[in-house]
Amino acid sequence: MSPSVPLQEMIRAIRSARTQCEERGVIQRECAAIRAQFRQVDNGARSHNLAKLLYVHMLGYPAHFGQMECVRMIASPRYSEKRVGYLGAMMLLDEKQDASLLITNSIKNDLSHSNQYVQSLALCTLACMGSAEMCRDLAPEIDRLLRASNSYIKKKAALCAVHIVRKVQDLGELFAPAARSLLSEKNHGVLHGAVVLITELCERNPETLERFRKTVPDLVQIMKGLVISGYSPEHDVAGISDPFLQVRILRLLRILGRNNEAASDAMNDLLAQVATNTDSTKTVGNAVLYETVLTVLDIKSESGLRVLAVNILGRFLLNNDRNIRYIAMTSLQRIVGTDHNAVQRHRGTIVDCLKDQDASVKRRALELSLALVSASNIRSMMKELLLFLSSCPPELRAQAASGIFYAAERYAPSQRWHIDTILHVLTTAGGDVRDETVPNLIQLITNASELHCYTVHKLYRALLNDISQQSLVQVACWCIGEYGDLLLRGECQETEPAQVTEDDVLDALETVLQSHMSSPATRGFALTATMKLSTRILDNVDLGHRIRSIVSIYGSCIDVELQQRAVEYNALFRKYDHMSPYTSILSDKNTCLQVCDLLGLLGGSEEPLQPSPAPGLSLNTASTAGGDLLDLLGGLEPTPPAPGQIYTNTHTSHTMTVYEKDGVTLTLSCEKQSDSVLTVTLTASNSTDSDMSSFTLQAAVPKSVQLHMKAPSGDFLPARGAAKVTQMVVLNNPNKVGPQTQSYDALSYDEHQSVRGKVWSIRCKTTNYIREEENHCLISKINKAVAVFNKKLYHFPPPNLAFNSRC
Amino acid sequence: MSHDNSKPLMRFLLLFSRQGKLRLQKWFTPMSDREKKKIIRDMTTMVLARQPRSCNFLHWKDLKIIYKRYASLYFCLAIESQENELLALEVIHRYVELLDKYFGNVCELDIIFNFEKAYFILDEFLMGGEIQETSKQVVNRCIESSDMLQETMEEYMSKPAF
Repeated sequence: MSPSVPLQEMIRAIRSARTQCEERGVIQRECAAIRAQFRQVDNGARSHNLAKLLYVHMLGYPAHFGQMECVRMIASPRYSEKRVGYLGAMMLLDEKQDASLLITNSIKNDLSHSNQYVQSLALCTLACMGSAEMCRDLAPEIDRLLRASNSYIKKKAALCAVHIVRKVQDLGELFAPAARSLLSEKNHGVLHGAVVLITELCERNPETLERFRKTVPDLVQIMKGLVISGYSPEHDVAGISDPFLQVRILRLLRILGRNNEAASDAMNDLLAQVATNTDSTKTVGNAVLYETVLTVLDIKSESGLRVLAVNILGRFLLNNDRNIRYIAMTSLQRIVGTDHNAVQRHRGTIVDCLKDQDASVKRRALELSLALVSASNIRSMMKELLLFLSSCPPELRAQAASGIFYAAERYAPSQRWHIDTILHVLTTAGGDVRDETVPNLIQLITNASELHCYTVHKLYRALLNDISQQSLVQVACWCIGEYGDLLLRGECQETEPAQVTEDDVLDALETVLQSHMSSPATRGFALTATMKLSTRILDNVDLGHRIRSIVSIYGSCIDVELQQRAVEYNALFRKYDHMSPYTSILSDKNTCLQVCDLLGLLGGSEEPLQPSPAPGLSLNTASTAGGDLLDLLGGLEPTPPAPGQIYTNTHTSHTMTVYEKDGVTLTLSCEKQSDSVLTVTLTASNSTDSDMSSFTLQAAVPKSVQLHMKAPSGDFLPARGAAKVTQMVVLNNPNKVGPQTQSYDALSYDEHQSVRGKVWSIRCKTTNYIREEENHCLISKINKAVAVFNKKLYHFPPPNLAFNSRC
Repeated sequence: MSHDNSKPLMRFLLLFSRQGKLRLQKWFTPMSDREKKKIIRDMTTMVLARQPRSCNFLHWKDLKIIYKRYASLYFCLAIESQENELLALEVIHRYVELLDKYFGNVCELDIIFNFEKAYFILDEFLMGGEIQETSKQVVNRCIESSDMLQETMEEYMSKPAF
């Protein structure tokens, strides 16, 4: 063969260009020259110009100006020009180009050329880029060639017919008879083409499929010939005689035997023979075996044969060649639904493949392992899967984690095992789990009530270890908040005892709060948990202070969510303290009592409160805008005075006990001096067995009222009421701001509504936060407080007051 | 059954160097130039990123990609998802053998400087996305005959072919 010098010179020139820019320059020059050459009428060097253009095209440069040249070259009588012309047509023209139609005539002519190599060019090009119109046009010609020509042309015509059928389905009928007769050819190329054509016809048309089922015995014969025959130099590949043809026939048998008992029976023996006799030491043998297995599994084969097929796949799993292992697993994946038990037998090998180096093999092994998990093997499988999770490549983590969760949910042998498994996953791959994992796990833990102690201990320890896995930290915080008391109690049957102090727990939560690794959601969990602990830890005042101080810091946090939580929790601490079990110990003898609490709910909670004191002592105006709306509760009128006790505008004095708790009794005695002046005498006594010292009283009044406190008689309350302390307080209301406006009963309807609405909204907000973490205990306390509030509010409702919630 | 249901065994065949330079491209289904360019980019990136002793099979969209490295060239064949991967490996190997027989100890340069011959050989081995001839010897004989035909014509015309 002669080297094409001009073409090769150009190639050399392009390759020696040192930069992309230089290369572009060379190519532009060459293309210009080629274009000029194309315009010349007859040019002995036409083919080498087109070849150059095709090379340039392969480098990625535009070459559509060569399309017409292809058309011209194809029409040339010279073989060399035709050859390059047809090559150009296959590379530059496709059915979408208009120019492709122009070559239809040339192809037609060349199909009947005297030289078979010219015919072959035409057939090849038609099969490569023939459009539907071209195919329709030339189909009869192809059919003619299928019947009467030499083997070389017949085999090409067969594949051309395949292309035609793909483009124009109706023409399938045209080729069916010829295809049938081709099966009796001896030439392997023709046989192969015939089998491909028949496969195509059967896949497209069920009736044709029915007709071709009759060919099964012929196909079986051909296969047998290939399998048993001795060495054939023409077709031998590593001891297998024509593996390409064998695979193709097996594929056709698969289509013919699918859903058909008779056909499947007819091929049973053959398949068994191929499965047992094919040498599996080389890839080519395994290719045939693989196709056999696929066929066996797809047709209605008898069970013995199926087992044989699955065993072949099992052998593949042990093969050194990674490719073989990979395809074994893909095939097993396909049948794991239908032949589950057969695949289970190979579970051990599959699980071993989890440790393979190759990522594709690992992925297949993971999918298959997850499909093989069942109730009987859950424990051992989970061990392997968890081991895999800790070392698996990052792209498989999410899939592995969700697969493990799913399997655990379906087959968990016990709740504790389930919780342990989920915790393990969160510890190893917490960043790759889905968002629903956290609430799901919380739900699971809540339901496993006997495991609360165990769970909280485990989570606490996990938290101490590592606070980077957000899901784990969130669940841990929630548990600590919810079951903190169990944690502190220390003993737990299922884990080793550990002494955890309250400060340790708070330290852990604070670390989470302050860590830069914690997401805002996680911080929210930690903050709420801290707050919840205040109701769980009852006998430590310093801790209570610590909790409050932690929470109040976040009152000025930049994150709005956290800030809102902190502010509302602070409000709860301040205003609902009396409800908190924590503050029952707050009546410390050295603490000063605030007078607003006299009228508030301190020390009382649900009991009906003292009757209303004299007007003028209501301490807060109802019209505080914004600010602390909960103060209204402090200024709340308790249950309306019993008729006999309504204070009227008289000069009589009244004495009533306003506070009585823990041995301290306080009474108020009021005397109206004038229209605007009232004297109140406060008397305190102590009925406990120990003395009280540094006893002081404080009072607060609205701005419109002037307060003047006289000196108390003393600050020492001896035990058992031996002596009393009195103090006089003078109240002056010079502007005579009517008590009506300050008494709650006299609030207008709108003001009622607005107050109630605001309280309701605060309650809703608070309970919503807490509800997220399902702390029913605190919610019920808030509800009770609001109920009490409402009771008082309702007692003098205007007739048409309708309660509406505004949250 | 729909027209587009059936596709040939092979979708495309690409040969590229270790630097990602394309040496041969054969497309078995019609595709726009843009699509072809994208596929070439995707294939070269994907295949060149693979570890040395990995599996030769990849998944890409709805196709299986079979690739194998011979010296400095990567052979990349895309087949339909239900086709036999091991056979595809054999197809690649057979093509390499044919090239080797023709060029005598074939190397990348042979394919660069005689790219049209590589295509002619391919067109005797595969056609329309299917295997055309299963015998090595037959393919070799045909190529030789074609070349002979070309030369005789040239001599007759006493002009070089190209």
